[in-house]
Amino acid sequence: MSDAIRLQTAAARPLVLQLKGISKSFGGVQALWDVDFEIAEGEICCLAGENGSGKSTLIKIITGVHRPDGDAEILFGGRRLGALTPVTARQLGVQVIWQDLSLFPHLTVAENIAFEQNLGHRPRWARRGAFRAVAQRVLDRLGLRLPLDTPVMDLAIAQRQVVAICRALATDPKVLFMDEPTASLTKAETDALLDVVRKLARDGIAVVFVSHRLAEVLEISERVTVLRDGTKVGDFDSEGMTQRRLTELMTGATFDDEVHARDRHDAPIVLQTDGLTRRGEYEDVSITIRQGEVLGLTGLLGAGRTELAATLFGLTLPDLGSFSLGGQRMSFASNRDAIEAGISYVPEDRLSLGLVQPQSIADNIVAPVLKRIMGTGGLIDRGTKDRLVGHWIDRLAIKVGKPDDAVSTLSGGNQQRVVLAKWLATEPKLMILDAPTVGVDVGARAAIFEIVRGLAEAGMAILLISDEIPEVYFNTDRVLHMRDGRIVGEYRPRETLMTALEAAVHA
Amino acid sequence: MRDGWARLGRIFDGRQAEIVGLAAVLVLVLVAFGVTTPRFLTLGTFQSMAFQLPELGLLTLAMLIPILSGGLNLAVTFSANICALVLAWTLQTFGGPDAGVFAFALGVGLALLTGFVIGTVMGLIVAFLGAHPILVSLSMMIFLRGVGELITRGGDISGFPAFVTTLGHGTVAAIPVPLIIFVIVAFAVHIVLTRTRLGFATHMLGSNIEATRYSGINTKLSLTLVYSLSGVIAAVAGIIMLSRFNSVRIGHGEAYLLITVLACFLGGVDPFGGFGRTVSVVLALIILQAISSGLNLMGANQHLATGLWGAFLIAVMVVRWGLGRWRAARASAASASPRAPPKNQTTKETAR
Repeated sequence: MSDAIRLQTAAARPLVLQLKGISKSFGGVQALWDVDFEIAEGEICCLAGENGSGKSTLIKIITGVHRPDGDAEILFGGRRLGALTPVTARQLGVQVIWQDLSLFPHLTVAENIAFEQNLGHRPRWARRGAFRAVAQRVLDRLGLRLPLDTPVMDLAIAQRQVVAICRALATDPKVLFMDEPTASLTKAETDALLDVVRKLARDGIAVVFVSHRLAEVLEISERVTVLRDGTKVGDFDSEGMTQRRLTELMTGATFDDEVHARDRHDAPIVLQTDGLTRRGEYEDVSITIRQGEVLGLTGLLGAGRTELAATLFGLTLPDLGSFSLGGQRMSFASNRDAIEAGISYVPEDRLSLGLVQPQSIADNIVAPVLKRIMGTGGLIDRGTKDRLVGHWIDRLAIKVGKPDDAVSTLSGGNQQRVVLAKWLATEPKLMILDAPTVGVDVGARAAIFEIVRGLAEAGMAILLISDEIPEVYFNTDRVLHMRDGRIVGEYRPRETLMTALEAAVHA
Repeated sequence: MRDGWARLGRIFDGRQAEIVGLAAVLVLVLVAFGVTTPRFLTLGTFQSMAFQLPELGLLTLAMLIPILSGGLNLAVTFSANICALVLAWTLQTFGGPDAGVFAFALGVGLALLTGFVIGTVMGLIVAFLGAHPILVSLSMMIFLRGVGELITRGGDISGFPAFVTTLGHGTVAAIPVPLIIFVIVAFAVHIVLTRTRLGFATHMLGSNIEATRYSGINTKLSLTLVYSLSGVIAAVAGIIMLSRFNSVRIGHGEAYLLITVLACFLGGVDPFGGFGRTVSVVLALIILQAISSGLNLMGANQHLATGLWGAFLIAVMVVRWGLGRWRAARASAASASPRAPPKNQTTKETAR
């Protein structure tokens, strides 16, 4: 779209929302500096920025949760507003779908969708028929079908996302904010969701999309507003923008998307699996990983990648087949045996499986290596513990206040470094990384892969599982494609185009 | 003066805040009773407190460890009395009042073993079947109560050799024997919780059992041992109660059950598990005992004392909430160092 056409369309569509000179500080920490933002009817705009860049604060100001400092100006439909509260924001038609969706898991689809029509001063008695009617009307408008009487907790995550959208639509919104709506969706589900978003825009709803997945951002939006450190970097047309350029704008740093693949085919084999099968999860998996090799494993969600990792880490037993580590056949009764043998596993779910969030950074790091910090009489030696913790905090450059602080006080990138530190302390031969960059900033992602490459250089074998194809393409030596539990293809980044790999996986 | 406040602030912010706060409350309670009740600040008062504290104290320690693991052991009091019954049965088998020291030692051994078995059974069910600790320990409590009532026919079992009372009423260098035992157990619990693998695992799995398992910690074994240890400490409490009352009744100390939970919370233990310190819980116990003894000396009704415990615990919760807010406010004020606006190096490039 050329500038001229863009100006025309913008002129043709009246602005719904305008914010001018928005600043906000919390107890002296400046979250936003003099930010302008505007969106027109039927426009799809993306708000991009790293964690802590001020995206959430800006959304919270627009929805009336926070009040901007000083002489900010908020215009809605050209009319200047005074103080904005959550109630008035809703009345004006501003709706947000937060990443956690905030649905009621035990209530039915219809009850969730029609929830706001039945609040407070609205009908005194809940009428089941009315719930269903509202829900059906909204679903019809989107041309979608959902079981109205099923509790939301029984739905797949993609369907829950649709329920959340329907709930917002039921209130007849003018502006809709979507916070990381695709974070847990597969490619096909994401495409379906993006179609829904386009439909909303055609109906004249202004949609503001917040996402870490830059490819999707550029696909769906007409315009990207980039925030960095609380200031607005600028508004950019999506047309002609590249992911790389966008990353640079968001981080202020340059990253080269460079294929790092090396040839490791003559290094000794670390892990070899032979016809490994676990019914209903994965089938006939025969793979090898060599010393110093980074092997990528990609495929759609539910392809059996995480299930395979669970077996290698001793959490489940295979039905058929075997695997060996360093030439020795392995059979694990629990993950303690796997750790002992030299296998580490960084789970996808860092919040509830990777780390014990409320406990200290120090305790999380030493948890897998308690044996090593035992002093006399089988008691933990504090000196040894402090030295070990200090060593890993330094070595991985983890930014911590005190090692005794709770892990939950750290940023996503630093938490992931703590996970790496705790496993590196076990001196593993094979490290399995399952979606290691979920919820991690673009800048911090690059740093994590730099660490991973360093480990491989030092001789560790790495299995990198990810459904983000660029991630495996640029950071591994070889890529395996898994579909429906089977390995269906092998690619070498130096000999394959990324588009070819993408096409194969999403076929 | 400002410096003094800042220092005070640091004390209340640090890791020792809980202990400093509880110690301050203890001093306040002692001074209050000291002023209002002349006979309060005497050796006799403290000795009687020292005799009464260990029963509740040991039961509370038996409750503390499961709470840290994110659970609860509602069977502590009945476990204690069943273990005491085992001791009483051993003594009676060996001649009742004429039983010797050997019989007593054997009985103590069997009582501790009984506590271990009761605890381990609960632990295995909690760890391997994933049943909720409240349900498991509640069922165990009702089971033990039924068995106990059946054996004792609801009455008292007595008739022990004279030396048993030394354990409950004797002193060593003016220090009551029960207190010595309590201090030894409390110290052991402190070491187990802070310096052993079991203690480490207890805190970690109290916060998140799955993540702890993923870290390679044997959570099932650890969780089982948590309840085994709780059962053994309950057995010690049972032995002390037997020697204090010179009798066993299945309902002894029943009223203590919920007080043990509250004493843990007063000592700053997180009700959802993962966090709590033995030292703070011991301080909390001393405070509760001082309130009870003080009111007793004033001639107040015992029920008034119980009521005041409740009121006191509510007050502590409110104060903790206030302190939490104060700390949060201080923390945000501390990070409020003025920051210059970022230099806008990128020119505001717009496509428009």
